[in-house]
Amino acid sequence: MRRTLLQSVFLYTCVFAVAIFTTGPLLWLVTMSVSAPTDLTEVPLRWIPSEFDFSRYGALLDIDGGSGERFLSALRNSILTAGGATAIALFLAIPAAYSFSRRNASMVLLFAFLATIMMPPITYILPLYSTFSSLGMLNKTITLVIVYTAMLLPFATWLMKANIDVLPLEVEQAAFMEGASTAYTIRTVVLPLALPAIAATAMLSFLVAWDEFFYALIFTNDLSAKTLPVAIADFSAGRVTDYGVIASVGVLATLPPAILAICFQKFIVSGLVAGSVKG
Amino acid sequence: MFGRRRKQEKWILLAPAILVLALITLTPLANTFWLSFTDTRISALPTPVRFIGLENYIYAFTDPEFRDSIYRTLYFTIVSVGLEGILGVAVAVLLNQKFRGQLILRALIILPWAVPTIVNAVAWRLIYHPDYGALNSLLFQLGFISDYRSWIGDPSTAMNMVILADVWKNFPLVAYVALAALQTVPGDLNKAAAIEGAGPWKRFWSITLPWIAGPLMVVMVLRTIEAFRVFDIIYVMTGGGPADSTKTASFFVYQEYFNYLRSGSGASYAVLVAGISAVLILFYYSNAKRQASGATA
Repeated sequence: MRRTLLQSVFLYTCVFAVAIFTTGPLLWLVTMSVSAPTDLTEVPLRWIPSEFDFSRYGALLDIDGGSGERFLSALRNSILTAGGATAIALFLAIPAAYSFSRRNASMVLLFAFLATIMMPPITYILPLYSTFSSLGMLNKTITLVIVYTAMLLPFATWLMKANIDVLPLEVEQAAFMEGASTAYTIRTVVLPLALPAIAATAMLSFLVAWDEFFYALIFTNDLSAKTLPVAIADFSAGRVTDYGVIASVGVLATLPPAILAICFQKFIVSGLVAGSVKG
Repeated sequence: MFGRRRKQEKWILLAPAILVLALITLTPLANTFWLSFTDTRISALPTPVRFIGLENYIYAFTDPEFRDSIYRTLYFTIVSVGLEGILGVAVAVLLNQKFRGQLILRALIILPWAVPTIVNAVAWRLIYHPDYGALNSLLFQLGFISDYRSWIGDPSTAMNMVILADVWKNFPLVAYVALAALQTVPGDLNKAAAIEGAGPWKRFWSITLPWIAGPLMVVMVLRTIEAFRVFDIIYVMTGGGPADSTKTASFFVYQEYFNYLRSGSGASYAVLVAGISAVLILFYYSNAKRQASGATA
């Protein structure tokens, strides 16, 4: 069906509005991060910076500066925490997923897994806090890795299960006929076939861990373990006179997930859609 | 023999995952439940723990501040998830049309989703800034307001402003799910209806929406579960203020624990919040299950 002129105008107006609404706040964040400090306190605002000032990024990426040290240690902690938890969660999720997919483990159990992460974290926080405190494990990256592993595990298991379900059974059966053990079969037959699914699961898990704030807020209190979200909340709550610094930290923290999301859009979207819809 | 091996294997393969979840979620959950019947306080010194039965719950049920925080959470949840649903479906319908730049717009929509929750909160806090915020400046320059406003410093607007920030970040998920569902709507169905004289609006309500209702429902319930436990964005944007106008249930329990150090009574509030979440989770489960059996049938 061809559109009338009026319909076209309406369509492109909507397209334009959605594009502005979606990107506007982000563009403004980037603009703030490179505006001169005086531009940001003009009333009304100067939308186009009088000069492009990249010095904040330089300061944040310089380990010897005060804000640079805060930012870079938070970045390190975030990478270690999210990376470590993703790796362990996948390592535990794959056998569990195989059990759900090929060994008829009960779906009610899988749902119980999922229910644990749907509960509000405030239900778990205090006993966890007391336990970690008495074990001397507060303010440690490893503590966050443990908690995040539990947080990522149900979703990773579920996503892997859905993907193992659609793999052809014959190859596995052939391996078993030859007398291969289950562990060996998972490693040499299932894993290579499921590699794209593992990559997608790993990426989504990493993003979830990268985003986590509540546990990190409660369990960490200095540079040695604070993750980026906590550091950003600190930057924003502190008496920073230059809002551009806060904006730059925000831009830097958004870059890794944004790049992942754009580059692997198909992957991520199909994972998200599957993750939120299929039971 | 073979069957028994498989049965054993089933549990061996599951054991590590079950162990981790039992330690990190189940045990704390049971512990919180136990705490809720005591008068425990967080303290550096060892303090005696007294079992006080239902006292905390009796107090919690009659506590107007807690009741208000639940209402606020419900308001936040219903309005933000509702708007995310409407906006998400509208954007999905748009993205399902053919137009120039379609692929670019599809890619752009993922950006808000990729922005970390805390960065989203910080960015919108700057946008709402009473003196130098972009929102004030934009509305002023366009002539919509004559004076700058304190968007999140005013109890009458703070919650809605937080909701706007939340909607911006979360509508893409709904949009993507709705789009995936829209792409499965058979074109013949729409054509047949058009031939019979049904206009686009009628076709949307009688064909498209029912077709995508299943997946849409599931993602909306999932978002409801997430929205109900909202904490991060509140912590950064308003700290529960002004005048408690954005103090949601999670934030309320957080303060009871870590500001007032009352772990016993805090736990009873936590259990009540968890109870409401459990109802939502069961609802999600029954929906997702119906969806899954419908998809294979």
